[in-house]
Amino acid sequence: MGKLEGKVAFITGAARGQGRSHAIRLAQEGADIIAVDICKQIDSVAYPMSTPEDLAETVKEVEALDRRIVAAEADVRDRDALQAAFEGGVAELGGVDVVLANAGIAPMGVNVRPNEWDDVLAVNLTGVYNTVEVAKQSLIERGGGAIVITSSTAGINGIGGSQPGGLGYTASKHGVVGLMRSYANVLAEHSIRVNTVHPTGVNTPMVVNDVMQEFLQNDPSLSNAMANALPVPMLEAVDISNAILWLVSDDARYVTGVTLPVDAGFTNKK
Amino acid sequence: MGRVSGKVAFITGAARGQGRSHAVRLAQEGADIIAVDICGQIDTVPFPMASPEDLEQTVKDVEALDRRILAVQADVRDYDAVSAAVADGVAQLGRLDIVAANAGISELGTPTADMDERSWQNTIDVNLTGVWHTCKAAVPHLRAAGGGSIVITSSGAGLKGMANLAAYVSAKHGVVGLMRTLANELAPDGIRVNSVHPGVVNTPMVQNDAIYRLFRPDLESPTRDDAMGVFTSLHALDIPWLEAVDISNAVLFLASDEARYITGVTLPVDGGFFVK
Repeated sequence: MGKLEGKVAFITGAARGQGRSHAIRLAQEGADIIAVDICKQIDSVAYPMSTPEDLAETVKEVEALDRRIVAAEADVRDRDALQAAFEGGVAELGGVDVVLANAGIAPMGVNVRPNEWDDVLAVNLTGVYNTVEVAKQSLIERGGGAIVITSSTAGINGIGGSQPGGLGYTASKHGVVGLMRSYANVLAEHSIRVNTVHPTGVNTPMVVNDVMQEFLQNDPSLSNAMANALPVPMLEAVDISNAILWLVSDDARYVTGVTLPVDAGFTNKK
Repeated sequence: MGRVSGKVAFITGAARGQGRSHAVRLAQEGADIIAVDICGQIDTVPFPMASPEDLEQTVKDVEALDRRILAVQADVRDYDAVSAAVADGVAQLGRLDIVAANAGISELGTPTADMDERSWQNTIDVNLTGVWHTCKAAVPHLRAAGGGSIVITSSGAGLKGMANLAAYVSAKHGVVGLMRTLANELAPDGIRVNSVHPGVVNTPMVQNDAIYRLFRPDLESPTRDDAMGVFTSLHALDIPWLEAVDISNAVLFLASDEARYITGVTLPVDGGFFVK
């Protein structure tokens, strides 16, 4: 018997990386999945973003676990599109119990691009707000549920460099902590729990790409700032998925309003 | 296959309450247990502490799960006793992987300026120095095992101030400093160190007249029902208290490989006490 038998999870940024890992890990524990991803490039982001093929691969992997999945291409910045994707999923799978606001971008690079600040705030902060707003009524109607927002070590520490994209990344990841705390208080009466996870560097296409590696190596203070306390250079996506699985399961039925670093001791070491 | 199969866990304050629950929960997931408890009264503690019979019940509960357990009466204030208990446990059970530094007491609720010296000292000795003793005794064995996980039981009162409970609040804040220091020191050895911060938990340390009076100073002889409203108001979620197993599930998560890269973390398990 899985920990999430009979539950439905709504996951943004689900085409690849951490989002795909969450979809698989939750499906392994019995959940059906509503998966959304933008599946296209944003101009201020220098590394390649996800594709429709990536999202199709997530679908394949969840279906291989004998779970149902409804996948839609939607941009978390576009409330109407996100709402439509959500409702399409609910129509097929029923109401949602779990929400993972995971979609995020990191528009950092040696060369500054136009709109970095605006885009990262729109995706990483407003996109999270849109995700919760779209889903919360469904959780209320289900009599409770769990929301996990993916923040970052940059949601606790002033890291990410001095350029607009890095400043915006850090500001957005701090911003979702405020959202989480407010939602935890206002949704508690509906037995909806809200928490954040704060990963250090994770082995995903957002971090492991030429642009990000060049950016980090270009500034030793940044790469040093990425050093973990535990002797591990980078976490795997499943490590974040395991933390999220615990938070959304009944094992954590009274855990709410919590910022949970999954960061190999990075924050504590600073 | 349990989530901590083949591991050995050292648990202080294991005779009842959260400690017994941790022993049972970890044993359910495959761990063998080294259990210590003072099994006696400290005279500044305003409620009955554990008895030898309580510790015997923990032994029975763990053995009923077909796991091994070594139980020893030891006071965490006595480093030599704690160290001997761990060494004996490791000799019998083979190794040490997990530490739950759980033993704790509370003093009589008193305005800070009126608190007597012994109340202060006993609470600090058990809740802070006792945790240090526990870690000091365990670390060599964790190193020998090539890594491990220490979980220190702090409290919601380890992150927020609470009136009329100065020694308890200070000690529970103090162990956060100890946790953060140990997390940095022990990371190179693959030893993770975290704290959990429970809200109100349904155990004998909370369910007693002294605690009811602390939370209902307006009443002469408050009952559990009188205190429930105040307990509920402390949490964001609509609950008066958590059950011990809720803390055990967090300890189990932190002790397991699911949290293999989580260290240096203060984890509230508190129904929204901290965020409210």
